[in-house]
Amino acid sequence: MTTYRYDLDGVRHHFADLRELLAKASLAKSGDYLAGIAAVSEEERVAARFALADLPLRTFLDETVVPYEDDEVTRLIQDTHDAEAFAPVVHMTVGQFRDWLLDYSTDAVALAALAPGLTPEMVAAVSKLMRNQDLVLVASKAEVVSRFRTTVGLHGRLSTRLQPNHPTDDPLGVAASTLDGLLNGSGDAVIGINPATDNVQGATRLLILLDELRQRYEIPMQSCVLTHVTNTLEIIARGGPVDLVFQSIAGTEGANRAFGIDLAVLDEAHQAALELGRGTVGDNLMYFETGQGSALSADSHHDVDQQTLEARAYAVARTYSPLLVNTVVGFIGPEYLYDGKQITRAGLEDHFCGKLLGVPMGCDICYTNHAEADQNDMDNLLTLLGVAGVNFIMGVPGADDIMLYYQSTSFHDANYLRQVLGRRPAPEFEAWLQRMGVTDTDGRLAPGDRPTPLLAALAEVGGHEAA
Amino acid sequence: MKPPKVLDDLRALRAITAARIGLPRAGSSIATADMLAFDRDHARARDAVHLPFDHASLLAGLRERGLVAIAVHSAAPDRATYLQRPDLGRRLAAESRERLLVAADDPVPELVLVIADGLSTAAVHGNALPLLDALLPLIRERGWRLAPVVVASQGRVALADEVGECLGARLAVNMIGERPGLSAADSLGIYLTWGPRVGRKDSERNCISNVRHGGLAHAEAAALLMRLAGMAFTRQLSGVALKDDRQLLE
Repeated sequence: MTTYRYDLDGVRHHFADLRELLAKASLAKSGDYLAGIAAVSEEERVAARFALADLPLRTFLDETVVPYEDDEVTRLIQDTHDAEAFAPVVHMTVGQFRDWLLDYSTDAVALAALAPGLTPEMVAAVSKLMRNQDLVLVASKAEVVSRFRTTVGLHGRLSTRLQPNHPTDDPLGVAASTLDGLLNGSGDAVIGINPATDNVQGATRLLILLDELRQRYEIPMQSCVLTHVTNTLEIIARGGPVDLVFQSIAGTEGANRAFGIDLAVLDEAHQAALELGRGTVGDNLMYFETGQGSALSADSHHDVDQQTLEARAYAVARTYSPLLVNTVVGFIGPEYLYDGKQITRAGLEDHFCGKLLGVPMGCDICYTNHAEADQNDMDNLLTLLGVAGVNFIMGVPGADDIMLYYQSTSFHDANYLRQVLGRRPAPEFEAWLQRMGVTDTDGRLAPGDRPTPLLAALAEVGGHEAA
Repeated sequence: MKPPKVLDDLRALRAITAARIGLPRAGSSIATADMLAFDRDHARARDAVHLPFDHASLLAGLRERGLVAIAVHSAAPDRATYLQRPDLGRRLAAESRERLLVAADDPVPELVLVIADGLSTAAVHGNALPLLDALLPLIRERGWRLAPVVVASQGRVALADEVGECLGARLAVNMIGERPGLSAADSLGIYLTWGPRVGRKDSERNCISNVRHGGLAHAEAAALLMRLAGMAFTRQLSGVALKDDRQLLE
């Protein structure tokens, strides 16, 4: 195994292997300290970054961070690498690759062509050399578009996942939050419910609720109940209205096994949903969620830093041409991302790495109450990711998820971003919002006293309550 | 007819969900009153995590109830370390371990009660003694021999494994502050572990959650705890297997 060293002003730093070099070059994250792999000093961290800058990119094709024989994610990455697409950067070091990415002439077309030639480890490596503004700039150039009943990820657009969770999966409670979201212009990425219980019947009932709402108001939208992929397979088998297949994924085979999945079951579910043919403008139908720290949490991190492993999860994702990939960046807690600074950095890294790998990246900009973070930190990351061109963010009523007990972004947060950056919803959904009188042609929300056809649905939910 | 006020209608639906729906807007943003209400709830959640643990009052309260009580500290020296190193919060500080080993006594106690700050000191301050007042008569009725009550600072759920191991208890019960949410910052969780020893898995525990004023009442939580503990003694185990059994019984 190759060892690495770097002489920084006369002091020699040693790095035992590629994964140690990557870990020590990572920006400070509590999860890497918890794993015992982080740099022991800032000096060592910067020495590792110098060493990484000199590393030829092709090193990542010759040396793996998780053994090929032991891990199907490594095999997927190595076996599907596109050498032809890699050609424009084949001769570069990681540092030269950073400079190339920042060059004026590197545009959306060049980045899209390069994506199949990049491995997640290359992308993670270059991100470790980048400042936050570099992560924003390069990601803003990339355009990753996906389609089902709406078109998500076009430049100049910002979509939202409407997240109408309820602690007991009460259909009326879910419907009330859904209507509130729609009336605030939310839901063009997906209306996605995290179920409180792991129950096929309950999930099917919620899918039917959303599907009826969609058909009744002819909403260009897709729905999803974020239940385990094996549950979704069962719902499909029983004839339930499945638009998107959801699954949490991670960057190692072991961590995926802890989620109760492997690549074979993802293949199976992807095929099963494709056969339903429910998309109208496209057939991207997988919805994946990820987050730094999940592999360590599953004790399957192989002493690789959490950011590199997170990028490997995107290599899993891109295999299935997903509609949405969502990094749930602050949900995991302060033992992995301690404070607003670490959450911000991780969100920007994840979005950048996903976009470079050709994944339609969104972000659940969020935190728990035991993290050193608050809504102002979320505002900052929200704004940065908006500038970076994030495909979608969450829309949670008042930013307070009453089922999962964490804080995310509100419908209003998305509208702030649309307003300040001039972003519009997905084109199909934007036209529908105007048809329904929810927004005007400038994208402004109608005043609260203006009737829209959706009020009938609202009255119905209220009527159920009265009855 | 006057057009319906959409936001008012939505707000009326708050009877069916605690979600923050129908918020009045200023432009597209949340208007002042609801923005401040959110900050109020978050402030309470933050305070619940960071409020210093008043273990002295708790120890005094336990002694007033005729209980032998011992204060211990986890291997996490402070809150910042505790939040970033859950592994340290699961182990006793060396001197605390010594103190418990000295306190271990024959015959073997059936039960050790641990009260740990966890992620919400507010939950422990508000609920630990009221829960004990509901629980102690039930324990005495059963005649279970109690180990000294252990009050643990910077403790995680699994800290009770080492505590129970040191004291030789057959069942460990950890009453611990749960991670605060915006809707409730003072929920206490109760975790039961049969045959406590270092290295027990979470699947080997049973949990009673949301014990607080306005949540699961103290008397109900005590009754549920006694039922689970009784089943653990009968089956000589705790965790997933016990839960399955309970579902079958119901």
